[in-house]
Amino acid sequence: MYEAGRYDVIVIGAGHAGVEAGLAAAKRGAKTLMLTLNLDLIAFMPCNPSVGGPAKGVVVREIDALGGQMGKTIDKTHIQMRLLNTSKGPAVRALRAQADKVLYQQEMKRVLENQENLTLRQGMVEELLVEDGAVKGVKTETKACYYADQVIVTTGTFMRGKVLIGDIEYQSGPNNQRPTITLSEQLDDLGFDIVRFKTGTPMRVNSHSIDYSKTEIQPGDEVPRAFSYETTEYILDQIPCWLTYTGEVTHQIIDDNLAKSAMYSGAERGTGPRYCPSIEDKIVRFNDKPRHQVFLEPEGRQTDEVYVQGLSTSLPEYVQKEMLETVPGLENAEIMRAGYAIEYDAVVPTQLWPTLETKKVDGLFTAGQINGTSGYEEAAGQGLMAGVNAAAKALDKETLILDRSQAYIGVMIDDLVTKGTDEPYRLLTSRAEYRLLLRHDNADLRLTDIGYDMELIPDERHERFNHKQELIEAEIKRLSEVRLKPTDDVQQTIQDKGGSPLKDGVLAVDLLRRPEMTYETIVQLAPRDHELPVEVEEQVEIQVKYEGYIKKSNQQVDKMRKMENKKIPENLDYDDVDNLATEARERLKRVRPLSVGQASRVSGVNPADVSILLVYLEQGKHAKVAANE
Amino acid sequence: MEQDTIAAISTPLGEGAIAIVRLSGDEALAIANHVFSNKDLTQVDSHTIQYGTLVDPKTDEKVEEVMASVMKAPKTFTREDIVEINCHGGMVSVNRVLQLVLRYGARLAEPGEFTKRAFLNGRIDLSQAEAVMDLIRSKTDRAMSLALKQMDGRLSQLIRDLRQQLIETVAHVEVNIDYPEYDDVEEMTNELLKERAQNVKNEVHTLLRTAKQGKILREGIGTAIIGKPNVGKSSLMNILAHDDKAIVTEVPGTTRDVIEEYVNVRGVPLRLIDTAGIRETEDIVEKIGVERSRQALQDADLILLVLNGNEPLTEEDRALFEAAKDLDAIAIVNKTDLNQQINMDEVREVAQGSPVITTSLIEEQGIDELEQAIADTFFDGEVDQGDLTYVSNVRHIQLLEQANEALDDALESMEMGMPLDLVQIDITRTWELLGEIIGEDVSESLIDQLFSQFCLGK
Repeated sequence: MYEAGRYDVIVIGAGHAGVEAGLAAAKRGAKTLMLTLNLDLIAFMPCNPSVGGPAKGVVVREIDALGGQMGKTIDKTHIQMRLLNTSKGPAVRALRAQADKVLYQQEMKRVLENQENLTLRQGMVEELLVEDGAVKGVKTETKACYYADQVIVTTGTFMRGKVLIGDIEYQSGPNNQRPTITLSEQLDDLGFDIVRFKTGTPMRVNSHSIDYSKTEIQPGDEVPRAFSYETTEYILDQIPCWLTYTGEVTHQIIDDNLAKSAMYSGAERGTGPRYCPSIEDKIVRFNDKPRHQVFLEPEGRQTDEVYVQGLSTSLPEYVQKEMLETVPGLENAEIMRAGYAIEYDAVVPTQLWPTLETKKVDGLFTAGQINGTSGYEEAAGQGLMAGVNAAAKALDKETLILDRSQAYIGVMIDDLVTKGTDEPYRLLTSRAEYRLLLRHDNADLRLTDIGYDMELIPDERHERFNHKQELIEAEIKRLSEVRLKPTDDVQQTIQDKGGSPLKDGVLAVDLLRRPEMTYETIVQLAPRDHELPVEVEEQVEIQVKYEGYIKKSNQQVDKMRKMENKKIPENLDYDDVDNLATEARERLKRVRPLSVGQASRVSGVNPADVSILLVYLEQGKHAKVAANE
Repeated sequence: MEQDTIAAISTPLGEGAIAIVRLSGDEALAIANHVFSNKDLTQVDSHTIQYGTLVDPKTDEKVEEVMASVMKAPKTFTREDIVEINCHGGMVSVNRVLQLVLRYGARLAEPGEFTKRAFLNGRIDLSQAEAVMDLIRSKTDRAMSLALKQMDGRLSQLIRDLRQQLIETVAHVEVNIDYPEYDDVEEMTNELLKERAQNVKNEVHTLLRTAKQGKILREGIGTAIIGKPNVGKSSLMNILAHDDKAIVTEVPGTTRDVIEEYVNVRGVPLRLIDTAGIRETEDIVEKIGVERSRQALQDADLILLVLNGNEPLTEEDRALFEAAKDLDAIAIVNKTDLNQQINMDEVREVAQGSPVITTSLIEEQGIDELEQAIADTFFDGEVDQGDLTYVSNVRHIQLLEQANEALDDALESMEMGMPLDLVQIDITRTWELLGEIIGEDVSESLIDQLFSQFCLGK
């Protein structure tokens, strides 16, 4: 054993959570060490080669607005990008990119290497150094001891990871990397509640062996797009994905071999996510469906591996082969890597404070899949928050908790620490009650100031952002002052758009509220004397058109905030609060919510319990006043 | 949270000479004033009592004659603005007043909430905090068991069905959003969503209507027997109220100088209005007539208009029909035992679609038909009281009314061509409101629905 150095923050793992954690901590000024099993697999994508999608894509933008890295890197390394839900409302639009996996890793590694305050090192952490309920550092298997009072664990699916293919099973992290065994055992010993979750991935096949003529092309958008608000250079040379389908014969093969699937063999297994079912699950649960979609997604520009999205499976390899032979275009497909299921240990996330610090061990943070989530974006979002907060604790700076109206990241963390999760957790737009406020288009407006306060956004970017805000406000003000008269020109334009003619003069802003009107049309009628960036125009249009709904949401947020602002002391003894229902008391003792608002979201806590809690807290306040008098 | 205005009945449930509905909160004065005629309550001095009439501003319907005590913050029980509305005792009038203020912006108080506010606003001293918490607990438990008792099994089933319809619709919209490439499910369209929202709205509407039937079952149908002198009103009265069926409650009213009698006709309770008037004056032929009957009409849900078959239709009869139009009425052509002089076609014409029954009350003929007609008028023929699904709890009615409004908002947004994911906000709201009625947890069920309804994965 040797003493290998002292840091403010140590990050274990360099996946999507670890990367953002390390960068955020270092940017805040904390001397940060990142330890990873394999430096060649930084920000590795063990499952699908894509970033974003509904809700998740908004998270990537939120990470960007908070000064994180994911958006910037995918902007540089994607092979195609699409804006989804363009026919729907602004609240649910989202970007998704297909990644060049290898380029993504290389780019991330380079960013980490160039980050000030950040040390990157290969090594397997064997043990957390914990003294008197506080973390003091880590020890690697090569007997190096690194010291820090804040440690962030981002071990993904590596904790007691076990790969399952048919009746074959072996201890392993994803993609045959070495699993982490001792860390999981130690967390167990420290008294953490651990759950066993499962996820899976499909086979990869060689592109040369695919007959694309039997599939449908799925191109990216022609309009160049980007996740990051900072990106100015766009990738124009895009690579398409392809779509094909399973059929009755495929389903028959799966059905005949179901008992051979690791997940259907009858053995006790971890809980898998419903939103990411294996092909076996799809056949069993929806046996009336004649076909299922299969997307063929290239894994990069420099490789011929193609990800067979939709066929996630733990069937034996030879059945996987048989199955593929029945899918149009894949009849002769060569499997390069077989699909598998992977089981792993996760920490029950109600054991965390909303800062992602564990309640049991002071200074110990967890982020990403270890907290029971799945998805690169979910992991990255948590990583950033854990990094910000670990650095805050190390340097005695302000911590950051985002609420449910500020960010999907806030929704996710609140869900995790307040309600926990029974299956690997994925963000969905329906989890956000203020979805209209948590838009893809306004992530910067919501979070850039916060990122700036957390020292993650440089001055120069903040100034650009302030300027954008001013332009938006000025343009809305202008439209609120310009009155359009019912001239022939105006009437004609309105009629061309299918609207009913004006009876009287109208404010430009009110005309824009009509369903058939767009900002573009309004500007024709009320010309401005200067050019505006597209994203400013977009904001003006959305903010004006949906003002009614936005106001309604904001009213709900105000109500929610009142309850969030009623703080509960961390050490409140719920046994002292008479009259709480027994179930509510038990749940509250476990979750230890930090506000009455959070308490009200703990399952099993009803409005009467919340009232009683309010009265109890008020009593304490009065008592304090009385004691001081 | 503490700023919204709450309302509740503050006097014990049951019959008393007066009852009080109390409002507390920033909007207490404004809400009370909105439904109060005679005076501007926002302008009167604090701690004064005002006489006036409560009127529903939407329908102009007179609800109650009341006294309103106006007490402005901070010298009040809760340290908020308080209005106490003193109305006539008995569940009928006090519930009507409560529902009126709830309709115009107040929220039904949670158990013990006035006391809780008094405490949180520093009105009650520290030593009483324990008592406040006890009160909240015990009142909540009692209110919950009461609400459960009031919740008919069929009603909760019905609400569950409606919620299921809504959540399937919402899940459908959600799946389009979260899985835009998933081609197995048709894209939810504006038309489809509209159709579904309209369906649920119809059901909610029916529930609110049956809430009225529920009210009728509890309060009785205000029934006025009208007609010219000597047509048989008194006999009809006596037959309906024949001894073993009659529940006679004497309510010496304070504003209406009437005596009401309750009779039960095939499970339908009738509250016979101004029966005293009929009894007293039936013999004094010259004193009764159209004027007297018109007064009885004011308070009636059902009109029994009695005609003498032994003589032709008179102008007086026609005037009575005119007075009863727009109300549920049944025309009774009496005295079939005598020579028929009345022209039945003419009667049907002036009855304008109201049922026409022929009787001989003296010989007790046609009584069955009459009772059936009464039952049909209010319960579409289904008179079995035990079988009727109805909403009676004030909180439930308020939630249904809010659900109704949310559905209106959703339908309006669709008219305006708003994107579905915005329309869906109000649909989800409706689903949540209905969930509150049956006390169902909302948190995970949408996501459960999403994954049980659709086969997803990306």
